[in-house]
Amino acid sequence: MCDCNCHEHYTEDTLVPKIGIITHITQQTPDVKTFRVNALEGGKLFEHLPGQCAMVSVPGVGEAMFSITSSPTNKEYQEFSIKKCGVLTDYLHTMEVGEELTVRGPYGNNFPVETELKGKNLLFIAGGIGLAPLRSVINYVIDNRANYGTVDILYGSRSMDDLVYLKEIKEVWAKEEGINVHLTIDREQEGWDGHVGFVPSFLKELGFENNKTALVCGPPIMIKFVLAALIEMGFSKEQVYTTLELRMKCGVGKCGRCNIGSKYVCKDGPVFRCDEIDELPAEY
Amino acid sequence: MFKIAKNNLPALFRKIKEQRELYLPIRAAEQVNYGVYTEDADVALETLKTVKSPKDAFFPQSETLYTCNKEENKWSITPEELQSQEFVVFGIKGCDVKGIEVLDRVFLSEPVDTFYKARRDHGILVALACNEPEDSCFCKAFGIDCTDPKADVATWFVEDYLYWNPLTDKGNALTEAVKELLEEADDSKVKEQQEATKKIVEKLPYMSISLDGWNGDVLTEKFESPLWEELYKPCLACGTCTFVCPTCQCYDIKDYNTGNGVQRYRCWDSCMYSDFTMMAHGNNRNSQMQRFRQRFMHKLVYFPANNDGMYSCVGCGRCVDKCPSALNIVKVIKAFSKEGGEK
Amino acid sequence: MQELVTRAKELLKDGTVTRVLGWKNGDLSYNPEPAFFETEEALSDFVYNGFCGANLSKYMIEASKKEGKTLVFLKPCDSYSFNQLLKEHRVDREKAYIIGVGCKGKLDIEAIKKQGIKGIETIKGAEMTDACDTLEISTIYGDKTVSYDDVMLSRCYSCKGKEHVIFDEQMLESRDTATKGRFDEVEAIEKMSPEEKFEFFRKELSKCIRCNACRNVCPACSCRKCVFDSNKFDSAQKANVDTFQENMFHIIRAFHVAGRCTDCGECSRVCPQGIPLHLFNRKFIKDINEFYGDYVAGEDIDAEAPLTHFEFTDREPNEERG
Repeated sequence: MCDCNCHEHYTEDTLVPKIGIITHITQQTPDVKTFRVNALEGGKLFEHLPGQCAMVSVPGVGEAMFSITSSPTNKEYQEFSIKKCGVLTDYLHTMEVGEELTVRGPYGNNFPVETELKGKNLLFIAGGIGLAPLRSVINYVIDNRANYGTVDILYGSRSMDDLVYLKEIKEVWAKEEGINVHLTIDREQEGWDGHVGFVPSFLKELGFENNKTALVCGPPIMIKFVLAALIEMGFSKEQVYTTLELRMKCGVGKCGRCNIGSKYVCKDGPVFRCDEIDELPAEY
Repeated sequence: MFKIAKNNLPALFRKIKEQRELYLPIRAAEQVNYGVYTEDADVALETLKTVKSPKDAFFPQSETLYTCNKEENKWSITPEELQSQEFVVFGIKGCDVKGIEVLDRVFLSEPVDTFYKARRDHGILVALACNEPEDSCFCKAFGIDCTDPKADVATWFVEDYLYWNPLTDKGNALTEAVKELLEEADDSKVKEQQEATKKIVEKLPYMSISLDGWNGDVLTEKFESPLWEELYKPCLACGTCTFVCPTCQCYDIKDYNTGNGVQRYRCWDSCMYSDFTMMAHGNNRNSQMQRFRQRFMHKLVYFPANNDGMYSCVGCGRCVDKCPSALNIVKVIKAFSKEGGEK
Repeated sequence: MQELVTRAKELLKDGTVTRVLGWKNGDLSYNPEPAFFETEEALSDFVYNGFCGANLSKYMIEASKKEGKTLVFLKPCDSYSFNQLLKEHRVDREKAYIIGVGCKGKLDIEAIKKQGIKGIETIKGAEMTDACDTLEISTIYGDKTVSYDDVMLSRCYSCKGKEHVIFDEQMLESRDTATKGRFDEVEAIEKMSPEEKFEFFRKELSKCIRCNACRNVCPACSCRKCVFDSNKFDSAQKANVDTFQENMFHIIRAFHVAGRCTDCGECSRVCPQGIPLHLFNRKFIKDINEFYGDYVAGEDIDAEAPLTHFEFTDREPNEERG
């Protein structure tokens, strides 16, 4: 028995996804592909902010959180750069343009591009696939160039072949006024005349002044040493932002698995300032 | 206040059932759990603690969220229909009512979980005061008065009657619907019973445990305590405590291939399970000690930090009764008090 | 019990063992927990009485990975589990010093409460020095007595014997508690019609909440990663999506431990919903006995196990029975 009509006013539940269609695929590296996704009726599935994530899924295969690598300033589509490393990602790599998947989001917080980062000199530091979430910020900054100071991008990977977005880096980012790109790979390789060495040591060699705000993303071990190097170079923890990655299922801070301390990484993160991370129990 | 003779309760249940689905404690294969009332159900309202808490009524152990179907490479998504019919959960104890308040903090905070909200909006809670709480009960430690449960309707068993007191609009509506079976009563008998029960509460061993030291800015101190390393050892890493708990709300989302579609369902999960936080490239809580610590830190430190000091334990004592290794939150709280006292 | 503590202290002191695995006093009179003790002082919390039902042998898997020997107290039925783990190379004999402790039957607090006893303050009569015939229970509602033999764990009524099958030394007397045949319950079910059997098991298994307590407590379930924990497996370990899964989890588990289950009864002891899970395992044991001759898993470490031992002269499945 119920005379109410309250259920008619329920918005669609945040756990129920939308259907997206793959409209373009770029093979970035041997194990990373960038998938362009559109809504079925064309255009974007939703609006997002730089650094936010979404749950991408193939029903029957799995669902996982990926960062949205395209900039919010891109009005046509969203992109996800996905590394092959598990059941779902293996499957995604077999998919072709025109195939459908489900997407829900956007989830989480974002890099504070409109507040704390505004007017700052920015230093992006990334390793491997860690450039994916930063790419969204970099392109946002390029599209709103007047709002930010100098931009340095330090990016490294295992080898030349593992550098993602290499074409975009060389043809777009490096050509922008006031943007300096510094690339490195872990080991010597034929055809590579750039820097060789790990990201943290290259960072020290470059020896930036501490008048910048750093945005760091990459493997946990890289983040650890980059942070130590930045502190050594005179940066304070308040000047460094990074992203955390934990297992997520709901994306809305309820299912419990990405809970550390009183934070839920899917909702309160994934972007944290390093002094905020210090307040969390060491469980990430 | 109203009352109804105990031997007339089947008539009350039938009357409720005419208009609304009725859930209440039912005995099946010797165990009492909440279930749907039917004519031949073995109703066990006198049971102090059902094995599972009534949280299933709002947050079922497993529920389909939506179904995905694929035809000619095109997916379609059909969300499950939201609860749209009123239902009654009868016999909820004070601790479990509070347990639902805890779940509300999780599922009704932004973004609202519509599946849960639809059930909350349509669920009518008829609470039943405890007359004989047991040794494993410690609701009082969390400020709960088991003699005075606050729900849509509060009820008390005294002698041969069930006393009935509606407290909300929903409660009034339900009372109207069954009014022909109720008679007016004064509350003197209920007050006597409440006083008698309070005397029992005073005598029970766990009711007086102290939560001093858990409130406030204690995250680092508690998290880093060497006590966890001692406390977790007998833990078998099963999910019993989390599944019988009225406030545990962790869940998983999984797919079920029906053969001609995929049901994406949500099911209870447990932070005690080793794969709870497992990712393709690692696990941030690798040891059982970390997982054990997470459960209690969440209930006693993290949850209160996000919810105005509300603990996510209500002292129902189900974990005390059911842990295969006789571990429980009381032992944890006591171990920390003891340590604090000896300093 | 005091002699157990004294002996444990001696063995700790002379360096024979580095730690003691036993039971620790709970905060109620009936909830002792399994515990490791590393010092003589810590042993002041040691307890061994009628409420120490927990089988400690599975904890020896972890203890076997530690430095030094662990003194472990095993009840007669627990010693079968330890032996079976030894046979499967999951525990290290060199890392264990085993004191086989006597058993007068273990108590089931739920059975005590089912007798209408509430508000328990103290329980007397459950110590190993007691005759274990009557429990004197003081409650906030007054004093009560119950017969010890009415409130034991169900496994104790069909106890397979009070002999330890492995030990370094033995302490404390036992008491015979078996009052019915081991296979009485199984035979009763065998006599049911298929419909009655289905009805019986559906009713029991539909209570399952998939907490995995039965699996995690089971000494035969010693796989590092359980098949039910695999993400690649549709029947995941957490929820019953349908009745088929409820049934299959328990039936598959029974198959996996068949021929290795020592019938220690821990599965039924820990089940929060009181499902008599041991019945599945005991049915397998009965069938194995009938097909291959009497065999008790864990009894003799050198005995050939019926389901894993093969000879060239074995009858092929499709051959006529000779």
